[in-house]
Amino acid sequence: MAYLDHAATTPMLPEAAEALTAQLGITGNASSLHAAGRRARRTVEEARETLAEALAARPSEVVLTSGGTEADNLAVKGLYWSRRDADPARTRVLASPVEHHAVLDAVHWLGEHEGATVEYLPVDAHGRVHPEALREAIARNPDDVALATVMWANNEIGTIMPVRELADVAAEFDVPLHADAVQAFGQVPVDFGASGLAAMTVSGHKIGGPYGIGALLLGREYSPVPVLHGGGQERHVRSGTLDVPAVASFAVAGRLAAEQREWFAREIGALRDELIAAVRTAVPDAILGGDPSPGGRLPANAHFMFPGCEGDSLLLLLDAQGIECSTGSACTAGVAQPSHVLLTTGTDPDLARGTLRFSLGHTSTEADVEALAKAIGPAVERARNAGLS
Amino acid sequence: MTETSQRSRPLRVLAAMSGGVDSAVAAARAAEAGHDVTGVHLALSANPQSFRTGARGCCTIEDSRDARRAADVIGIPFYVWDLAERFREDVVEDFVAEYEAGRTPNPCLRCNEKIKFAALLDKALALGFDAVCTGHYAQVILREDGTRELHRASDMAKDQSYVLGVLDEKQLAHAMFPLGDTVTTKEEIRAEAERRGLAVAKKPDSHDICFIADGDTQGFLARRLGRAEGDIVDESGTKVGTHEGAYGFTIGQRKGLRIGTPAPDGKPRYVLDISPVDNTVTVGPAASLDVSALTAIKPRWCGTAPSGPGTYTAQLRAHGGETEVTAELVDGTLEVSFAAPVRGVAPGQAIVLYDGTRVVGSATIATTVRATTDVKVG
Repeated sequence: MAYLDHAATTPMLPEAAEALTAQLGITGNASSLHAAGRRARRTVEEARETLAEALAARPSEVVLTSGGTEADNLAVKGLYWSRRDADPARTRVLASPVEHHAVLDAVHWLGEHEGATVEYLPVDAHGRVHPEALREAIARNPDDVALATVMWANNEIGTIMPVRELADVAAEFDVPLHADAVQAFGQVPVDFGASGLAAMTVSGHKIGGPYGIGALLLGREYSPVPVLHGGGQERHVRSGTLDVPAVASFAVAGRLAAEQREWFAREIGALRDELIAAVRTAVPDAILGGDPSPGGRLPANAHFMFPGCEGDSLLLLLDAQGIECSTGSACTAGVAQPSHVLLTTGTDPDLARGTLRFSLGHTSTEADVEALAKAIGPAVERARNAGLS
Repeated sequence: MTETSQRSRPLRVLAAMSGGVDSAVAAARAAEAGHDVTGVHLALSANPQSFRTGARGCCTIEDSRDARRAADVIGIPFYVWDLAERFREDVVEDFVAEYEAGRTPNPCLRCNEKIKFAALLDKALALGFDAVCTGHYAQVILREDGTRELHRASDMAKDQSYVLGVLDEKQLAHAMFPLGDTVTTKEEIRAEAERRGLAVAKKPDSHDICFIADGDTQGFLARRLGRAEGDIVDESGTKVGTHEGAYGFTIGQRKGLRIGTPAPDGKPRYVLDISPVDNTVTVGPAASLDVSALTAIKPRWCGTAPSGPGTYTAQLRAHGGETEVTAELVDGTLEVSFAAPVRGVAPGQAIVLYDGTRVVGSATIATTVRATTDVKVG
């Protein structure tokens, strides 16, 4: 088996699994006042401190959520509501058009139901938002901008955004900027404290932690209107009893993601370069998606377009040989749609149907790349025969 | 097990899984027989509904999930393939155009011909599969000379060879129907699904037309073709009522005519003819429905086309009975005469010819000859 879909989810780190299972037998609601509650709270707060350190943030800036999707929704909707409440003129939402659906659909929903005017920022051919583009958009009327949201790195084509420069522009106008850093954490330096961001999303299972846990890093001056109302456990912006084992495990994975980031970028990046070279050798007309310069893309991401192929066909053929990857695009009713990321960066729609995303991770090996190198040529040939239906 | 699933060499099989119990059991049987099976659900609607309304349909997201769940239990890979555009062009638009022309199409048959055993099969073959497997009740028999024959299912009550009659030998060579030799009740198929741990065991049967979710064919056609009021006349041409669109009728139809004045003899009246040109529907007594002969176009043969006149049994509609005919291919048109008059023959429906249980071929009914008047209509 060659698992090349780490961007979907990556195997849990043994240390994270150990931390999780160690907590499963222990009782305690972190909000309770008695000894069991205090024990649980201590575990949670130590985890929060660990995560804060891994992300160069203050512990109070770590708002634990059920995952990346919830954190994105809290940031986008919550900041929109709170900013609009403070000044009804602020109804403009600026978003990159290549966002993950957790952001894109939340933004779209604000436009449909909450009176937001959604403006998609222009991107270059690699899907990158340039600071000048953000400046131009805000400067048109700085007073009516509720928030801006630009992902740290793209989940499909791996393009890294100039987050700090974007945050500088936003700060000039006092506009809060949110970044979805779900894919970036563990692969590029994700330094919340120095980033100038108002809010940033991270997720547990993308870094070798458990599913169902994530966090919104949230500057202390921001109080987004909650999406989930209830006990107010997390800074009164997020309610719900904390999943202590998941939080503890997430923290271990977060610490390791930060500690091993340089190793990851070097070693996994080199393996990724080999993968790209191997695919190009086997399929000379394959087109690399995203930024071709290694510094401009996530070290674990390789994204290809195979002209004349249906991505679904390639997926089926590779899956049958034990090679697991993704077309990289979202599904609607299980039917693969051409990726919005590719369409928005000007890719021909037919070409956009023939994509595969290979994403590596901490368990990737040379053998995985070799298996793909062997299989990809014949698979592309066969998929081409099947054509575009 | 059918012949195809008995072969020792395991085949790479693509199982079309609608989300219903039959196709799930078919896929499970193919896998159990040792084949390398991959499940695929065809997304046939561009805007699928999230949930079934009642028991109908095979085009909802829920059906797709049911199919995926079944594939997971069987332990086979599962994909959803988007054939909505092909389905719209080849099945839905054909369905509308046929009704508009006063004929009565069979969309299931068209889907088998153009989608399941054409678009889907072609793609499957190109991707290296050997066969497409469905939950149809019919049998493929391999002769000693290497040719394949399509036969009625062992259980005549369940037989679906009629809607597969359009398949040619090349299509049959890559078709697998694991339910075809099952002599069993639906309850037993459900019991088998239950035994195999398939949750679709209790799912209600789908019926009617999958792309008309509410079952209201008239309403669907009215939305597509608009209302067009016209006259209902009797055989003498006397107006006896009005209708809201001639396309909404089928030859032999008795219900829903809403004729105010009863027939002189007080007997029920039936649709005898639909004329889209002057938007007129002709009604008359049951005896006038008797047809003694017909012509049919676009013949397709399972094997070589027969030469000269031959005697066959014929089936004229899904779930219809058998009738004795003599048929001959004349200049590409099938000319058929009935041993005894038959009723309710609707242009647009298929005539499928059988030799015993073997499907010989099929064609689309174009014109009929009335037994009583000997006037050609259609």
